[in-house]
Amino acid sequence: MDQPPMDIEDLKKMAATIRCDIIDMICTAKAGHPGGSLSAADIVTALYFRLMRVDPQNPGWPDRDRFILSKGHACPVWYAALAERGFFDKSHLGTLRQLDSILQGHPTMNKTPGIDMTAGSLGHGLSAGLGMALSGKLRKKQYHVWVIVGDGESQEGSIWEAAMAAAKWKLDNLTAILDYNNLQNDYAVDEVMPIDPVADKWQAFGWNVMEIDGHNMEQVVEALEGAKTFKGMPTMIIANTVKGKGVSFMENVCEWHGKAPAQDEADQALEEIRRCIRE
Amino acid sequence: MNNHPLPYHYVRPDVISLLTSEELFTSAPQQPTRYAYAEAILELGERNPDVVVLDADVSKSIKTNLFAERFPERSFNFGIAEQNMMAAAAGMATTGLIPFATTYAVFASMRALDMVRNSIHYPHLNVKIAASHGGITPGPDGVTHQGQEDLSIMRAIAGSTIIAAADPTTTKQAVWAAAEYDGPVYLSFTRDPVPVLFDMDYPFEIGKAVTLRDGTDATIVANRDLVVQALVAAEHLAAKGLNVRVIDCHTLKPLDGEAILQAAHETGAIVTAENNMFFGGLGSAVAELLVENFPIPMKRIGIRDIFAESGPYLALLKKYGLSAEHIAEAVEDVLRRKS
Repeated sequence: MDQPPMDIEDLKKMAATIRCDIIDMICTAKAGHPGGSLSAADIVTALYFRLMRVDPQNPGWPDRDRFILSKGHACPVWYAALAERGFFDKSHLGTLRQLDSILQGHPTMNKTPGIDMTAGSLGHGLSAGLGMALSGKLRKKQYHVWVIVGDGESQEGSIWEAAMAAAKWKLDNLTAILDYNNLQNDYAVDEVMPIDPVADKWQAFGWNVMEIDGHNMEQVVEALEGAKTFKGMPTMIIANTVKGKGVSFMENVCEWHGKAPAQDEADQALEEIRRCIRE
Repeated sequence: MNNHPLPYHYVRPDVISLLTSEELFTSAPQQPTRYAYAEAILELGERNPDVVVLDADVSKSIKTNLFAERFPERSFNFGIAEQNMMAAAAGMATTGLIPFATTYAVFASMRALDMVRNSIHYPHLNVKIAASHGGITPGPDGVTHQGQEDLSIMRAIAGSTIIAAADPTTTKQAVWAAAEYDGPVYLSFTRDPVPVLFDMDYPFEIGKAVTLRDGTDATIVANRDLVVQALVAAEHLAAKGLNVRVIDCHTLKPLDGEAILQAAHETGAIVTAENNMFFGGLGSAVAELLVENFPIPMKRIGIRDIFAESGPYLALLKKYGLSAEHIAEAVEDVLRRKS
C-alpha cells in the first residue's frame, strides 16, 4: 500500500480524471467502448483508490486484493485506473489497441501490469474470481476478490453457474458488482433479453444483495465497504448506472457502446467532464 | 535399451506373447486409463499440496472421488457446470494452485471450449484438463459421450500441450509430468480398459515419442488406445515377413518431429493410427510434417467423417475402421505405393 485511501471528494475528482483518460484513449485509438467504461468509472475508482489492497510496485503480490473486469470490453476504465494508480506510465494510455502495445483491445494479464485476469469473452470473470476466492479460503489468505459484471453479460448461462457455486462455498471474500446501465451492444437490455427482477435472482441464488446508485460516490464506497466485511455469503452490489455517464451526448445512447468519439466530440466530452469537477 | 529378445522396447513380455491371441483383451492385466489418472492424482496429492482436483459430477465415474475422500479441502465438485469449472480453474491457477479440471472429453473440449481457449490457454495458465472418455472408448454410451474430435479441437489452440497416453502406466507418468510442466496440458483417457503395456521403466517425457518396436519396412505412429492395436498389426505383419516399426506418439502436441522424420527416412512409409477424427489430429500432424519435409507414402487410420454409435468398444473399433486389421491393411497399402 503506497498511498492512503482517498476521501470522497478526491475520489470524485479521480473518477473525473479517469473519465477524461477514457475519452482520450478511445479517441486516439479510434476504436473502443466508451459507454460501458464511463458507466463503471466511479466503481473502479472507488476500488483502486479506496478499497483495494494493492501494490503498484509489486503487481503480483500474492496477498493483494484481486479485481476482474468481467465485461472486458470496458477495459479503458481499468487501464486508466491502473495508470493513475501507478502500475504503469500514463504514456501507455495513448497506445491502446495499437501494434506492440501493452494495452490490448481486451484485458490481457500477460501484457499489462495489474491486470489480474484476462477477460473479453463474456461470462468468464465471475468464475475466475470464484476460483481466486476458493484459493484464498483454502490457503487462509485475507485478500478480497472484486468482479464487475455487465448487465448484458448476465445473459450468459455461465454467470449463473458461478452464482450457484459461490453460494455453495459461502465465498464472503468474493464481491460482484453489476454495472446495470441497461444498454447492450444491440439495444436496451430489456428489449434484447430482460434480466429483471435481477436483485431477486441473486437473492434466490443465495447472495447478499445491495442496490445502489453507481454514480453516487458515497453510496458506492459504503456498499463496497459493507461487502468487504459481510460474512457467510458472497455479495452482489447492483449498481444502477448510466451508460456514457458524464458525457451528455453519450448518456443512454446505445450507439456509444462501441464507437470512438471524433476529435471535436472528444473535446466537447472532456470539457463537460472538467466542468463537472469545477462545479 | 532392454533385454527383450524380440524387436520390442518397454513392452511387457506377457503382452508381447498375447499380441496375436484373442485373449489379449481378456487375459492381460488391463485397466481403463481414467482409473490410472485417479490413482496418479491421489499419489500426487500426497506430495504436492498445490494440487487441487475439480470435478463436474463425474467423479465416481473417473474415481476422483477417491481424491475427494482423501483431500476433501482440495477437492471441488462444481456440479454439471463445466464452463464455470474451467474458468474457476484458471482463477485458481493465477494464485499458484495446480488445478486438475476433470470431466469427459466432449464437455472439456466443446461445452467449455471458450473458457479453455480464452481463460486457460490465452493467458497460458497452469491448468491441467483431465479428459476421460476419449475417442469412441465409451462404446455403449454412444455419440454424445464419445470424444471423437477433442484432440483435433485442442490441437488447433495456440500453445496447447496434448497427451494421449497408451496405457495405465504411461497415463500415470503423463499426469506426473503434466504437474511438473508450467502451463496448460490436456490429458486424454479411455473409458474402457486397455492392456497394461508398460512398466515404470518406460522413459516418459512430454514431447518425446518412444519407439516400441523396431522395423525397417514401414512405421506405424499411434496414440492412446490404438497403440496396442498398432502392436497387434505389426505382429501380424511380421508373420508375413514384414518388419514394421511402431512409435508411441503419446504427446500429440508438441509433435516429436525428429522421431517421425527419422522413421520416415529409415522406413520410407508411414501409417498413423488414432481413435479420433482422421482430420486435425495425429494423422494431420504427421501429414503436415511430412509434406513440408519429406513426403513419402502415408495413410491415416482414424474416424472418417462420420459419427459412431453405441456398441462394445472392440466391436466399434472394427466397425469404424480402427482395428489392428485396418492398420495392417493400411501398412500393406503404403508398402505397395513405396517405390
